[in-house]
Amino acid sequence: MSQSDSLIVLVALIGGALRVSTPFMFVALGECLTEKSGRVNLGLEGTLVLGAMTAYAISYQTQSPWLGVLAAGCAGSALGAMHGYICKLPKVNDIAVGIAMMLFGTGVAFFFGKPYIQPQAPQLGSFSLGAWSNSQEVVTALRINPLLLVGIAVGFVMAWAFANTKWGLIVRMTGDSAPAAKAMGVSVDLVRFLSTTVGGFLAGVGGAFLSLYYPGAWNQGLSSGQGLMAVALVIFARWSPIRCVLAALLFGAAGAIGPALQSVGITQGYYFYNAAPYILTLFIMIASAGSKHAARLVPGELSITK
Amino acid sequence: MADIAEPLSPAALAPASSHWGDLSVRIRRGAEYVVIPLFALGISGFLFSLLLLALGKSPTEFFELVERGGFGTAFSLQNTLERSSPLILTALAVALPARIGLVIIGGEGALVLGGFASAAMAIPFVVSNTSPILTLTIMAATAVVVGGFWIGIVGYLRYARGVNETISSLLMTYIGIAIMNFFVEGSLRDLTNPNKPSTMPIGDAYMVGFIPGTDVHWGLVAGLVLSVLLYILLSRTTFGFAVRVAGGNPRAALAQGLPVGKLIVICCAIAGACAGLAGFYEVAAIQGRANASLAAGYGYTGILVSFLARHNPLVIVPVAILFGGIVASGGLIERRMGLPDATVLVLQGLTFVVLLMSETLYGRFKIFQVKGTVERT
Repeated sequence: MSQSDSLIVLVALIGGALRVSTPFMFVALGECLTEKSGRVNLGLEGTLVLGAMTAYAISYQTQSPWLGVLAAGCAGSALGAMHGYICKLPKVNDIAVGIAMMLFGTGVAFFFGKPYIQPQAPQLGSFSLGAWSNSQEVVTALRINPLLLVGIAVGFVMAWAFANTKWGLIVRMTGDSAPAAKAMGVSVDLVRFLSTTVGGFLAGVGGAFLSLYYPGAWNQGLSSGQGLMAVALVIFARWSPIRCVLAALLFGAAGAIGPALQSVGITQGYYFYNAAPYILTLFIMIASAGSKHAARLVPGELSITK
Repeated sequence: MADIAEPLSPAALAPASSHWGDLSVRIRRGAEYVVIPLFALGISGFLFSLLLLALGKSPTEFFELVERGGFGTAFSLQNTLERSSPLILTALAVALPARIGLVIIGGEGALVLGGFASAAMAIPFVVSNTSPILTLTIMAATAVVVGGFWIGIVGYLRYARGVNETISSLLMTYIGIAIMNFFVEGSLRDLTNPNKPSTMPIGDAYMVGFIPGTDVHWGLVAGLVLSVLLYILLSRTTFGFAVRVAGGNPRAALAQGLPVGKLIVICCAIAGACAGLAGFYEVAAIQGRANASLAAGYGYTGILVSFLARHNPLVIVPVAILFGGIVASGGLIERRMGLPDATVLVLQGLTFVVLLMSETLYGRFKIFQVKGTVERT
């Protein structure tokens, strides 16, 4: 690989990180909030797909993509609320409900999304951070969508809120020790219900990005595990919203490896590079599972790490 | 908690005085595990009917079509049985790890990779005209080993590193499908087939035949035999007892000196082997080659089947046949009622959600409770 080729690959990777990372970011932030409150929602994969379908359908019907984003968030909250409500029943396992919600959300999205596979819905706009450069590749690669900035902002606000607000403290306390929260007069079920609902909203918005910006169309193969990888990412990010944002950017870059190498003519193993984000997630899970540092930061009530 | 504090009645402390007394207790307890899942099935059918009504479709027509398309005629029944065979095997792939306390949802990946490996392994034997029996045996063994290895990794990571098995098994599914695509679109692609990237067909002479007198392939028999064998393994052997102890209380199992890690890896490997075998039959009895059609979602439906059967290998068989029928009638429903093919997915998802909600009902009804016995969880 020559030097200019490496440069092209590097630019493509940065571009990929900026382009592909947004859905990871939103789902990871949503899951981070839910897990901080002491519950796991594995169903965000389904939420992501349903959000993508809803956003596309509403954008097509109303010709307003931002209305689509809002609708996706609402659809996501509906699934989140469902998960939050069901898990509050005694003897119900949140992981199993998550699997069921994954199948349910995907099924509903495919069911109602069938008529929207063909038509073209209005897309979200974008702007480039690369106006300073006279290279067309750089300008294209640094083109970003406002949702990316929203996601980064949500990450910072969430981190600040966890550390500095009463609500943040209540969520963290509920996640670390339900008896302590109860003793303080906090309704554990209500806090978890709201955290899962808001988490679902964020994941739905992440789905809107998939169908309204990149790849920018609605079809049944739109998300293949991004939602699930984002859930794994939260463990890697050790339940810190800011680390969730950074990890999402890393994952975006990993997802861009295949197309980036293809752009310089390396097509061998294209399908293998497509597996890169999954393999990376698995290795990250292996690396972070045994870590003592992670064990110290995990919310005490969480069933996923036990 | 109250149950533990209350003194046990003499009847419960004494060994079952009469055989009949014991049996009635078992029937009452067992009834709870039958009635509640059936109730959940009924509720999800009701909710699904409401959805159909809201869309202006007739629920009676839907269920009639399921009956006709899945069970009504000899042809549709055979079609159903053919589809329930991979469902039995993928459900077993969920049930066995579930008994040791793991939620593994990677059956789809083991099925795809097992099927692909058996198709790839067949190529040199088909080219050199080896006898079909030997070739098929080697293919089946390959699928079993590859599938077992694939989910065995998940079990090993769970035990050795504490990696969450639910997430890792689903990631392994995506990796498995990517590996198949890598070969099927690349070095193993059959260039004479311009349509869908596939491996070389194994040819009619090498296909697994049908059960005499039917159009159902032998995979169904394999599924039935395995579910009986695994039932015996779980409920009648020391190994099964150890698995159930480890699933109930891993710490107690470790304290008793049970090799928990080994048990976990073995359970996962057997589970993966079942799913891999399903892949072998999809290749050797239906598709004749490996391609993207292997990832048809049997692995995901198998999760629901196993949960509905409460991870009991024997109960898996009728539940798999029921869902095989629903899947088989999908095409008919699509054509007659103008509903999208995802209708079956919605019904499955809804059933799964309602079923898990029904977990909360256990122990709530007096009729199933027998006085003086401690509740079994």
